[in-house]
Amino acid sequence: MARRAAIIGVGQTKHGRREDVNYVELIYEAVKAAIADAGISPDDIEAVAQGSMPSPMEGVNANHLYWADAMTAFGKPLLRTATCGSVGMSIAHLATYHITSGMFDMVLAVGAQKMFEGDPQGTMATVADPWFQRWFIAGAPGVFSMQAHQYMYRYNLPEERVREAAARISVNHHDNAMDNPYAHLRFKVTMEDVMKSRIIAYPTRLMDVCPSSDGACAVIFASEEKAKKMGRKVAWVKGMNYAGDEHFFGDSDKVVWEAAIVAAKKAYQQAGITNPRKELDVAEVYNPFTYQELIFYECFGFCDFGKACELVEDGVVLRGGELPCDPSGGVLCTNPIGATGLLRVAEAALQVTGRAGDRQIAGAKTALAHAMGGACQFNGIMIVGSEL
Amino acid sequence: MAKEEARIMEGKVSLPYRWALGPVFSRFFDEIKNKKIMGTKCPKCRRVLVPARKFCPRCFEDNLEWVQVSDKGKIRTWSMITFEFSGQPKPPPYICALVDLDGADTSLSHFIDGVDMTDLEKVRDQVHIGMRVEAKWSDNRQGNIMDIAYFKPM
Repeated sequence: MARRAAIIGVGQTKHGRREDVNYVELIYEAVKAAIADAGISPDDIEAVAQGSMPSPMEGVNANHLYWADAMTAFGKPLLRTATCGSVGMSIAHLATYHITSGMFDMVLAVGAQKMFEGDPQGTMATVADPWFQRWFIAGAPGVFSMQAHQYMYRYNLPEERVREAAARISVNHHDNAMDNPYAHLRFKVTMEDVMKSRIIAYPTRLMDVCPSSDGACAVIFASEEKAKKMGRKVAWVKGMNYAGDEHFFGDSDKVVWEAAIVAAKKAYQQAGITNPRKELDVAEVYNPFTYQELIFYECFGFCDFGKACELVEDGVVLRGGELPCDPSGGVLCTNPIGATGLLRVAEAALQVTGRAGDRQIAGAKTALAHAMGGACQFNGIMIVGSEL
Repeated sequence: MAKEEARIMEGKVSLPYRWALGPVFSRFFDEIKNKKIMGTKCPKCRRVLVPARKFCPRCFEDNLEWVQVSDKGKIRTWSMITFEFSGQPKPPPYICALVDLDGADTSLSHFIDGVDMTDLEKVRDQVHIGMRVEAKWSDNRQGNIMDIAYFKPM
């Protein structure tokens, strides 16, 4: 990176069914909180990076125009990015590019979604091409269930074993969400609750799946010079990368998943990480589906391919483990999609600055944030750390 | 001052489209009417891409050669959909799958059917990853991907 960037402030709304506010008011809530957290004035923000799921989600297209007022965008450059589920990570990358390019010293990143206002599945169905794939990969759980099923088959893993590992992830993350005052789903579940919940797309059950949420997240990025003047801990961007597959779901392998592997590998290289399991203290893995999280552990090098169940069985990735994942409760408990990837970055930043409250991993210095988008198409990673 | 209420206002956006298929997808759908599944072979990486493409997304070559692939193949992966959502192609339950057609290097998204779907255990007895399947052709072919009604176990 030509110049270094740091996260100096984060803000998020309480997530859930937010019919108490309109879309713009929801975004204002997150932006106001981020500005207060950074201890800056709205006038200090020089540029704005924004994104969400396709605008038909809420029925107001090119919604950066609609959100402008709530993003302090008056008189400033404003860019929108759109990569579906990974959009929150793309926004964080876009804001970082603004800083590292040398063009700006303080940039606001904003992601949000109001999923109770429209028809999320109907909107997501229109992300696939209208000729070949819309029929078959409409409805997010179907695609990710096919990926999960292929994973078990590839390594000849007993279905019961993978089922149990996925259920333990669900139980763990629901426990974690109890520590996160902003989380949407805050209730405990048992192994039995998960394994007996309704099958929605075999092998995936209801409690393997994230909710639909309303929510917003705002993160303020600053140059090294500005960040050092803050006079308090900031989260430094240590490495980041983004990679994608072809649009056709059947064109590439989703088990040894190149887009996820490449995104992580290049981010590790930038951050100087050679052994992620040892060198990362915490990871916010994008996990709308429990089974998919197992695949990510392998693609991110937390373990060898085919060995992710062991990480769960040995507690490595659970509460109190060597590399705890999703102490916020993750996507599984909170999913305002346009904000979700940025929330991973915000949570990682809170962890490495020791400000994550009841969900703090003691002594966390290096954290991974991740997001995935499209029908198994895109992956983005950002590594943040407490030291420059 | 009275406390403000927060109410809901309902609305709807409905938009029609006319999608240009382009010459390659047009031919693909002309051929599928005649029960032929066509791919295009990249001169550089030699992969046969199905459905047929105008260009290879990896090599970025566009002088691709038309090749017919089999209407038989094996299941790469599948999922039985048992929940309802809008934009859904048909009422659940139904099975979505990726099918590796003989002669193709990519996998085709489609349905598996012709099996008893009254409960999951029955489906698991009848449908497996790696199993051979063949296209069940629609009797009334319109020149779209549903001219293949579904793939069924052989």
